[in-house]
Amino acid sequence: MTASEETSPVTGGEKASPVSGGEEASPVTGGEEASPASGGEQIGPASGANGNGPVASNGELRLEVHDLQVLRIPSRGRGASDVLDEVSFHVQPGQVLGLVGESGSGKTTMALALLGHVRRGLVIGNGKIVVNGQDILRMTKRDLQRLRGRQVAYVPQDPSSALNPTLKVGTQLREVLASYEGDQKRRAERLTEMLAEVGLSSVPGILNKYPHQLSGGQQQRVGLAMAFACRPQLIVLDEPTTGLDVTTQRRVLETIRELCQSYQVAAVYISHDLAVVAEIADHVAVMYAGRLAEVGPAREVFDTPAHPYSRGLLRAVPSLDRSHVLTGLAGHPPRPGSRPPGCFFQPRCEFALPECELGQPPLVQVSAAGHSARCIRAEEVAGLASPAGPAAVQPASATAEAMLLDVRGLSATYGPATVLHELTLSVPQQQCVAVVGMSGSGKTTLARCLVGLHPTWTGEVEFEGEPLAKGFGRRSDKQLRRIQYVSQNPYQSLNPRRTVGEIVEQPLTHFEKLPANERHARVVDALTAAALRESFLDLYPDQLSGGERQRVAIARALILQPDLLVCDEITSALDVSVQAAIIELLRGLRAERGLSLIFITHNLPLVRSIADQVVVMNGGRICESGTVAQVLQDPRDAYTAQLLADVPKMAPVGEA
Amino acid sequence: MASSAALAVLQSAGRGRARRREWAAVLGRAVRTPRGATGLSIVGIVVLIAAIGPALTPYSSTQFVTAPFANPSGTFLLGADVLGRDVLSRTLDGGWVLLLMAAVATLLGVVGGAICGVCAAYFGGHWDTLIMRIVDIVLAFPQLVFALLLVSVLGPKIWLIVLAVGISHAPQVARVTRAAALDVCERDFVRAAQILGMPARRVLRREVLPNLTSVLMVELGLRLTYSILVIAGLSFLGFGLQPPAASWGLMINENRIGLVANPWGVLAPTLLIAALTIGMNTLTDAVARASLGVGRQADDALLSGISAAGAVQ
Repeated sequence: MTASEETSPVTGGEKASPVSGGEEASPVTGGEEASPASGGEQIGPASGANGNGPVASNGELRLEVHDLQVLRIPSRGRGASDVLDEVSFHVQPGQVLGLVGESGSGKTTMALALLGHVRRGLVIGNGKIVVNGQDILRMTKRDLQRLRGRQVAYVPQDPSSALNPTLKVGTQLREVLASYEGDQKRRAERLTEMLAEVGLSSVPGILNKYPHQLSGGQQQRVGLAMAFACRPQLIVLDEPTTGLDVTTQRRVLETIRELCQSYQVAAVYISHDLAVVAEIADHVAVMYAGRLAEVGPAREVFDTPAHPYSRGLLRAVPSLDRSHVLTGLAGHPPRPGSRPPGCFFQPRCEFALPECELGQPPLVQVSAAGHSARCIRAEEVAGLASPAGPAAVQPASATAEAMLLDVRGLSATYGPATVLHELTLSVPQQQCVAVVGMSGSGKTTLARCLVGLHPTWTGEVEFEGEPLAKGFGRRSDKQLRRIQYVSQNPYQSLNPRRTVGEIVEQPLTHFEKLPANERHARVVDALTAAALRESFLDLYPDQLSGGERQRVAIARALILQPDLLVCDEITSALDVSVQAAIIELLRGLRAERGLSLIFITHNLPLVRSIADQVVVMNGGRICESGTVAQVLQDPRDAYTAQLLADVPKMAPVGEA
Repeated sequence: MASSAALAVLQSAGRGRARRREWAAVLGRAVRTPRGATGLSIVGIVVLIAAIGPALTPYSSTQFVTAPFANPSGTFLLGADVLGRDVLSRTLDGGWVLLLMAAVATLLGVVGGAICGVCAAYFGGHWDTLIMRIVDIVLAFPQLVFALLLVSVLGPKIWLIVLAVGISHAPQVARVTRAAALDVCERDFVRAAQILGMPARRVLRREVLPNLTSVLMVELGLRLTYSILVIAGLSFLGFGLQPPAASWGLMINENRIGLVANPWGVLAPTLLIAALTIGMNTLTDAVARASLGVGRQADDALLSGISAAGAVQ
């Protein structure tokens, strides 16, 4: 399902009356020089029937983006401003360009622009996007439609919502091929070929299955098969592995890599996960506030980042090999229209000089290999030592023998199915136990059992020597107060109709009758502990960023001064830089408040930076447990070893 | 006029910094669109006529002042009705009871229905089955027939009509609310409140209901339209205000035999009822659209789905 049926190509039709599906179809808004008349030599129904016919006149570059600018159409209450500007890069056939940056830096806008599409309310200002010698911004609507899916393919982030749930996989794949070649027999051949290419031919009866019958990894493979079906020239991948666990991710990445190389497809891979980009990309472009902060060969950018922003991002990535203090970037990317004067990164930059406020820095060439950065101190920054932070020391556990939580033989059922088998684990006082495993291994069910949301389990769970009832309804107030839960998705865990103050104070008003000023003091205290300011009290969740929301959720859990915090994948929806800040926050809280943690994650390197002990789960069973150093360095279980091998690694960052 | 005054109030409420009132914000956004402004103006005019009309009647609405079906003239602007009463006076006087009844019936139906729907969604299991099957049974009766049945058995009492119409609304409101609440009840913030051991009443009031505001607003508008039609219909059939009192529905019935002689006896109340329902519908449609745009860009598909649903009714 590529974007081939999108409506008006370049304008998003502003806030036009929603009834009109998109009948105003001027190809380029502000379209002075629209129409096929200009730039005539490049226009033409993109070669014959099959898109892979070599049109390539200048075969060197598959994709060339030149000075691209995307603007926001001014409307009531906000002026015109650029979303993207001065973006230039190029990709050669068979190569992968990684596009990285925090959320809000303009990555997805860039991805859609490569398909000649912009979101509602945006318009492409000027610049060129040349795919295989043709400037797609000067194409007519028809040609653009022809281009999408055949020459430029798109793989969206969430495969489960990109596939039509009511159609069989086979039907959807054939649909894509319908525009490929006329011959029935050739198409059937191509179909089997496609399945083999993405490694799906071993799944029995795959063509007759519906998307929901496939796993997340298989769904994403179907998405890839569709994208590669017509042998595109360029493929745009928008965080295609974000929702997948490491093993699946590794396989999908390998598939992408192989396909790109064997068909000489140029790929743009968008991700906020630097480790993944390091694994797959040949070149990297770091995006910040709609500008490219840094471009260059992947190895160089990761080893000797020349822009302070890239450096900051790299420092936030946890490493599997050593436990280091993760440093998040303070603040968040400025939004279009409210960007600071001078260099956009200067307010967050540790290298900022007074000159930085004066004007936009130019792209400075750092090395001959095409490595350049938009920073006046680029040379200097590139010369600095590796950005990895200092080693992290886990807060010493006072009495390692005293167990806070003891789980013995816990088995949980979900309807007729048993999803957890005889789990035994314990959480010592003031320690952090990480629970890791692939999706579907039962991690979340375990968390839900412990907090009382999943009452159908057997076995014994003791909290401070007292048995814990199965459902939260049967637990004592004391137990309810002392075990708190922070859930995965900060966009769902806060009531959108309540202010931050009301959300945080809610547990307190339920358990204690306090005078207003005392209650206020407690709320402020909890907010401060979660590194939020008092000024957040009157804000609503939709005015907060993802990281801030998660902090509010943490503050809500902290206000009752619990002993055990159960954190269920609390950073999986967040950017690396935000994740780093949250992890550091939790580490600080452990030391300050003597908090014990159960930290559930699929991110193994993260375990290194936060946990003392680790429990590895597979298929509802514990396959290995022990101290972090022991399990991660010397895994006894084959499954753990596999898991470790699959983690995308940044490769040893050049020390010094 | 009235609508612009209301607009100003709503706008200021929508901008209120300290306490964000969802309903006011949505309504404010809705009436700022052409569609919403049109709807509100039409409704405003009709409501104004019905509300202050009784004070402006040139003659008593029950007095025989001229010949039956007299044509409009300088003294009797809309002519006379079947018994020689002034049509203008009866029109001005005959709306407020209808509106009041419709409003109370709607409120009754929406509140009752919402409670049932939310409880069904939240408690689930047997409660869900029980509540929804009762709803199905009530739904099996057409609305007008259900009201007629109650009224013809127990007599044409005003409170009974209001109650009957209210009850006939409840099941449909319950269905819609349950569907919306099912989604909200699954969210993590509801779980977070639950695992603190909060009583269900509090969770529902604090966490679930505020997130159903816009759904309930649309329901309220839609049901109000139906209420007006059903109550006017019952009044036409002779259930409702009894003669000689003036009532729009009753007027249509009384005067239809003189449609040729003096059409205004039928036309005036008909036009007002039509304007009221069309205006209410337009306003509701605008509210539905505005409620989707809360905070972020509205999804096109969702929008067209909603407007299609609006078109169906």
